[in-house]
Amino acid sequence: MDLLLFLAAALRISVPYTLAALGASINERGGVINIALEGIMLNGALAYVLGAWWTGNAWAGIAAAVAGGVATGALHALVTVRFRADQITSGLGINLLAAGLTKFVLTQVFHSSSNSARVVGLPDWRLPVVGGLPGLGPVLGTPLVLLTIALVLGGHWLLFRSVFGLRLRTMGERPEAGATLGLRVAAYRTAGVLLSGALAGLAGAWLASEQHSFTDGMTGGRGYIALAAMIVGKWTPLGAAAACLLFGAAEALQITLQGAAFPNEVLQMLPYLVTMLVLAGFIGRATAPRAIGVPYDPEEA
Amino acid sequence: MSPRRLAAAAALAAAVALPLACSQPASRAKSPAAGAPLRVGLVFDVGGRGDKSFNDAAYAGLERAKRELGIDFVTLETGEGNDREAAMRQLAAGGSQLVFGVGFLFTDDIRNLAKEFPDVKFACVDYTLQPGDTLLPNLVALKFKEEEGSYLVGALAGLLTKTHKVGFVGGMEIPLIKKFEAGYRAGVQKVCPRCEVVVKYAGTTGSAFKDPTKGKELGLSEYHQGADIIFHASGSTGLGVFEAARELDRLAIGVDSDQGDEAPGHVLTSMVKRVDTAVFDLIRDTRAGQWQGGVRVFGLAEHGVGWVYDDRNRGLIPAPVKAEVDSLEREIVAGRIVAPDQ
Repeated sequence: MDLLLFLAAALRISVPYTLAALGASINERGGVINIALEGIMLNGALAYVLGAWWTGNAWAGIAAAVAGGVATGALHALVTVRFRADQITSGLGINLLAAGLTKFVLTQVFHSSSNSARVVGLPDWRLPVVGGLPGLGPVLGTPLVLLTIALVLGGHWLLFRSVFGLRLRTMGERPEAGATLGLRVAAYRTAGVLLSGALAGLAGAWLASEQHSFTDGMTGGRGYIALAAMIVGKWTPLGAAAACLLFGAAEALQITLQGAAFPNEVLQMLPYLVTMLVLAGFIGRATAPRAIGVPYDPEEA
Repeated sequence: MSPRRLAAAAALAAAVALPLACSQPASRAKSPAAGAPLRVGLVFDVGGRGDKSFNDAAYAGLERAKRELGIDFVTLETGEGNDREAAMRQLAAGGSQLVFGVGFLFTDDIRNLAKEFPDVKFACVDYTLQPGDTLLPNLVALKFKEEEGSYLVGALAGLLTKTHKVGFVGGMEIPLIKKFEAGYRAGVQKVCPRCEVVVKYAGTTGSAFKDPTKGKELGLSEYHQGADIIFHASGSTGLGVFEAARELDRLAIGVDSDQGDEAPGHVLTSMVKRVDTAVFDLIRDTRAGQWQGGVRVFGLAEHGVGWVYDDRNRGLIPAPVKAEVDSLEREIVAGRIVAPDQ
């Protein structure tokens, strides 16, 4: 029973990490760094609340969050792929922009600079067999959890088994080779960033749907943790998802053990400690895509 | 400048300009003529206006002062960064005679500004006193005896728990929040010596006050560990605790202001901190020429802290329980019980 509750908490915590880390592995494989994940997630969370607020329908909220994520991703793609600006700078700019923009919209629509009104959340489905498990059952029946599992598997197939994935990875390794084959480097890279935006938007929708509201700055650095997970997972969707589960488990453990005999200061360190240990010892050498962060300029190639 | 640099610069400029756009402009008028209304400036804490809590209470105090005393006020909201000092400086230099900083985060900045602007009066809600700290004559530290209010809601929880286990969720783990925990714990133990208190904190940085996702996990965890009532002192993080109470059909206790509307039927009461009273009282005294620098403490006796009992939660609290908590309140006011603050 306790173990199932713990697993349920770990799973819930890792959902937003996993969605964003999956997105990150797609855009980075295409050669674009996306530290804007944090801001995209924040915009997605607000978009969910606006969509659900205006229509009263949680699925409309999901659609709005994906649209908001894609739109924010498009801004990043425009600045980094089209204008070939520095990718870190653009990402930082978008994160700052999202922090200010969400607060602005919040004050305009909900007349509060910290919280939105309460909106509907996604329903829980009751699955056969596993649905009866205490604690874990309801979590496995959450539509976004099921979707996340499907997206990770689908994302892995897309990157490593499909023609699109092969070409996208080419743009992250040797874009000039892709261009020689007559492929449009910018189009593939943009597609990678847009996919990533959609996924990070979905991650934001999860946060807002679980709370039934938006809170200023509610992503709380989760976008950056997702980036770390993606690196720990060696730029692969399955690896990233495993790392996210590990991070989620560390955080759930920290929450469960608090108030017991352990000194709290040590417990608060736990998730970070796990990250450092895994990065330092267990995963071996992680190699980034060769052309990561380098804008592709056909005239220089 | 190449097109790509230009685009990046534009994106950054937009990002920086937006948060500023949401704050209200401060008037630049210099020291007003004699007989003119008192000019009060106030800078909000993290969370800002509409937090249904701390900041809104401070604003309510300003509005009441404007209505009843006819003062003028300007408010500023800061963004994510460390622009609290800049905002207060803007108000102090812009002609405000009394400048409020809402929240302990203002402590260092306000101490320095009080030195720099000796003719402007400053007040800081929840100012953190360091050992051996002497306040300048133009600075007032507004402190609350959170432990006294927390003691009472702790007693309430201790009298009403059916599982003999109650919970506490704190935001950032700092002495200020430990005061809530200590008072709460003592109140629980007073009425129910065998009751257990499960305590969890959201983190060790300021963002621990605005992470409802974490708050919900902390709440779910405490409820699953057997607590049936949770008191939160964690700002917006506590919204997640209310979500957990809704989901598992348990009870939660709000903080700072009346949070009964956050989860109707699941809010046992709220431990209120009357920031509005503190702000109003200080403005009233300043206007009457009775300014006195130093520490001003608001406890149960000063009606600076308390707990909510009204039509919405009357059904949850039987009359004998209410009477017992009220008698504890009288004991504290009379000084016969001292609520511990650590």
